Parts: sequence; C-alpha cells; structure tokens
Amino acid sequence: MLVADPGTAADWRRFRQEFTDAGPERRREMLRERANQSRTADLHMIGRAGLGHVGGDMSVLDILTTLFFSVLRVDPEKPEWDDRDRFVLSKGHTAGALYATLAAAGFFPEAELQTFAGPLSALNGHPNRVKVPGVETNTGPLGHGLPVSVGMAVAARLSSSSRHVYVVLGDGELQEGSNWEAAMTAGHRRLSNLTAVVDRNRLQQGARTEETNTLDPLDDKFRAFGWDVLEVDGHDHLALHEAFTAPRGDRPTCVIANTVKGRGVSFMEDRVEWHHKVPSAEQIVTAEAELAR
Amino acid sequence: MSAPVASASETFDCRVAFAQELSELAREDERIVAVCNDSVGSSNLVQFQKEFPDRLINVGIAEQDMVGVGAGLALSGYVPFVCGASPFLTGRALEQIKADVAYSQSPVVLCGMSPGMAYGELGPTHHSIEDLSWLRAIAGLDVVVPADPAETRSAVRWAAGAARPVFLRVGRFKVPAVTGDREFSFGAATTLRDGTDVTVVAAGTMVSRALEAAEEAAEQGVSVRVLNMSTIAPLDEDAIRRAMTETRGIVTAEEATTTGGLGAAVAAVVVTERAPVPMRMLGIHREFAPTGTTAFLLEHFGLTAGDIRQAAIGLARADA
Repeated sequence: MLVADPGTAADWRRFRQEFTDAGPERRREMLRERANQSRTADLHMIGRAGLGHVGGDMSVLDILTTLFFSVLRVDPEKPEWDDRDRFVLSKGHTAGALYATLAAAGFFPEAELQTFAGPLSALNGHPNRVKVPGVETNTGPLGHGLPVSVGMAVAARLSSSSRHVYVVLGDGELQEGSNWEAAMTAGHRRLSNLTAVVDRNRLQQGARTEETNTLDPLDDKFRAFGWDVLEVDGHDHLALHEAFTAPRGDRPTCVIANTVKGRGVSFMEDRVEWHHKVPSAEQIVTAEAELAR
Repeated sequence: MSAPVASASETFDCRVAFAQELSELAREDERIVAVCNDSVGSSNLVQFQKEFPDRLINVGIAEQDMVGVGAGLALSGYVPFVCGASPFLTGRALEQIKADVAYSQSPVVLCGMSPGMAYGELGPTHHSIEDLSWLRAIAGLDVVVPADPAETRSAVRWAAGAARPVFLRVGRFKVPAVTGDREFSFGAATTLRDGTDVTVVAAGTMVSRALEAAEEAAEQGVSVRVLNMSTIAPLDEDAIRRAMTETRGIVTAEEATTTGGLGAAVAAVVVTERAPVPMRMLGIHREFAPTGTTAFLLEHFGLTAGDIRQAAIGLARADA
C-alpha cells in the first residue's frame, strides 16, 4: 500500500481552504488550472507507459478534480477514516486520471506516477484498493461501480452516518445491465446519500454511444428508475460543484455531466481513435502547450 | 479412531442450521447483515427478516447487484452474508465475485444455497455443479462445503469472523449428522474414519455416503479411511500426502463436476508427488443431467455409497 505525501496533502488542504474563501471567478480558475495540471501529468504517464485511456482521462478530469479539490470529505493522510465520503471510479480504465488526481491531493507521492503500469507498480492499468490509498474498490470490468456504491450507501444509512457516496460512470458502460439492477435498488431504497455522475462524452471504445446502443433519453431513464437528475456542462467546474453539493431530496441523484472525450487537447477532442491511442513525444509537447494556455 | 456410522434414519436440510446460526450471530453482532435476491424463503431467511428487518437487504432478482451491494457493505465495515441459489449466485455474478469480492478483498460471505443437484427435477439450469470448479480458480476466495448441520453451523460462525472472502456451499438435500461434536476446522480435513488400504476424500452430501461405503468395505476386508474435506480451497495438502503414504489409493467424491472441484484439487497434489497413488474421481463428468429427483441423479451419476465402495475396493484390489 502506498502512503500519503504530507507536503502535498498540506498543499491540498490549503487549496481547499482557499477555494472555500474564494469568489466564483477565482474558484473557477483554481479548479481549471488544477485539472489541466493533472491532464499534463496524465499525458506524461501514458507517454512513458506506452498505454492508457487518454480520451476518457481527459474527459473525466474536471469531474475528478472538482470532487477531490472542492467536494469530497476525505483526508489524504487518513484514507481509511470511517466517516469519509466514498468515491468510486466505475470507469476503471481511466485509472490514470484518478492516479493523477489522488497524487495531486497527496494520497501518495507524485513521483509514484512515473511507475504507472510498470512491472510491480502499485499503479495498475485499473485501480486496486489494496495498493492505492483513496481507491475504495477494484474496478475495471464495466458495470461494477454502481452496485458496490449502492451497498456503501445502504451501509451509511444503516450506520446513521452522514457520509455521501459518489460514483463516476462512463456513459458507454451504462449498456451493462448490472447498472440498471443497481439503479432500481437505489431508487427503490431512496438512497439520497448516493450521487452517480455520468461522464457523458458520447463515445465508447469503438464508436459513438448512440450509434452502438442508444442511451438517450438518459435523463428520463434515471428518472423512471426513481432518481433525481441534474444535467450540467461536465467541464464547467462551478456547475459541477453546484450539482455535487446541491441539497438532496429523498432520492438518489444522477448528474449527467456532458463532456468531450479528449477534452483540452485539440487533436484528441471528440475523436473515437483517442480512446486508448498513445500520444507521441511531439504530440505531448503540443498538448502540454495547449493545456498551459 | 471411532467410526461414527451414518445413520440413515434421520436426515437434515443444512439451510435450517444455517439460518439459526445466522440469526444467533446477528443477535450478538450488529455488523451481521443478510443480502439476498428475492430468496428470503429459499435461503431460509424468514426468521432473520422478522427479527432484523433493516438488516435484510433484498435487492430482488438481480444477482450482480446483490454481490456488488454485498461488497459495498463489507467495505463499509459490515459482515454481509450474501445468499442466493448457488447456480445463480455463482453463475450470474461470477465476475462480481471475482472483481468486487475476491480481488477487492471484500470480506463477504457468499452463501450458495441448494447447490449441486438439489433442485433435481428443475434441471441443469438450476443445478450448481460447476460452482466448485469456477470458484476454486479465483485467487483469495475460500471455498467451504460443510457436510452436515453441525458443521454448517460451525462454518457459518467461522465465516462471520474470518474477515475475508468466503464461499459457503449450504446444502438443501437432506443428509445425516456425520461430524459429531467436531467443530469446523478451516483448511483442515477431518478424519471421520481411519483406514489403511484406501482413502475416500469426500465433501458435502458425499461424506455420509463415504462413511457408509467404508463400513460396507470393511465387511469385505478392505480398510477405508474417510476424510471430510470441507475446505476445498485452500486444500489440506498434508492430509492428501498422508493418505498417499499411509494408504494405497484415493477416491474423491463430490456432487459437482470433476473438471475442477475437489477431485481435480486432490489430483493436482497427487501427481506432483514423487510416488503418486492411483485415483478414482467420482462426480459428474461434463454432462448435463437428465430429468429426475436428486436421489435419482446421484444414483445416475454413480454417487451412491455402493459406487464409492466399489471404487475403493477396486483400487485396493487392483494394487494388491
């Protein structure tokens, strides 16, 4: 198991405090900058490893950054604190984005990112909770995160704990039936302490979601299963923050975050081939320059 | 060693002992919860539900959800007993068992109810003869098959405190009491009858039949040792090695397919030793069952006391 980096965790704490005290424009700028730093870190990880899921990583990073840097009640130095909020990345193939985010928050040293996908690294191609602090359950095969998160939300309720469970789902993975089993259970049990965030970039590995197996109308589907639904621009950090922290009714909440796969890197945006293509050294330089703007 | 002969006069459905012990544990420890798939009745959880309505989480007919929910509860400090008919629990949710439970090291107790061919006439869709092969292949998952009500009770108690992923095969087909006052001993075979010619390694419903076979074989001058191998994974390899040096052959008997369950596990130990002994593997050889009651099907597939006796005597004489 990797251990926390106290210095980075202290920076993260300062960031959270500054965010709390800041006005909207400053807040937006803080999260945008932080997310793009993680994008750059992620591109380097993928370049070094020669593998990864770059398109989905870029798509989900604003969601992850907003959660870890302005929403989740967690402590990078006490990753097993009992009443922490739970975060589950159901789309486990975007582990790179999660690792970049966790390292930036101090859950483990950022230097560890250099080992991504290398022999015996804790940072496997899909996240492993036994090795990486901040990872709550092992994901990778799709359609697993929501049922486990429902169990976590049921547990929180049984313990009368105020902790909230956040799970990030890929849109393509909603084609897995297990999600809908869990969506039914969450709706039936009125799990208002559960928020599912759909990274709605409309692309799956091989093609557009709507060309493969239609998901729309996704909002109606979740509503029909007994959920409240919010739809936001998944790259608008303040909109995400607001959706993640909005007062909850007596139902689970689905945040449909409309995103662009490959977001932030012009030549990757909304292009299906960048699902798991590996950028060249030159492409990384170009991307880095775009992200620094 | 004494030889508790299986008395065929009284037989028991292990689900009763399972349910009683689970309720008992739940009274002692509020972390104990049950998760099921519309199987409150068939998993024998009616009493549990009455007593602990909040702690019975019935997700409906949704096994993948059921196992995932169990993992989420376990990862939040609860001790979930996830109960469903074994064919659906293990077949439908195999990937959840692998990823959410075993690989994630979530301390879930998976309870495969009515396994083997307990649902005789309902046919192969409802039989769970593949479960031992499937689950034994998964790293970090303990596979436990109690032989009678007392051992079921004791294994349930052990599993609640094991703090790791466990699969518990809970029988429905009625069996006699065979384990006496022996507690379930995780990872250890228990010698229910000692013998010097051949060893029968049995699990679950086959244990009482193995004891009966040993009794009959003794009348024909063949001394049969009977091992109750209630932990299939990890296997008690030492007990197998002792059987290899102290007896001259091994018969395995299981209400499961022989491709990867108890027989295959024992064989894997036997062939890697310097002096392997001959073996017979009784079970189902990659066949779907015809229609019939459980008792008929056990006979059909050669899993009676008589079949075990014949296999044991055959090994003893072939080698003599």
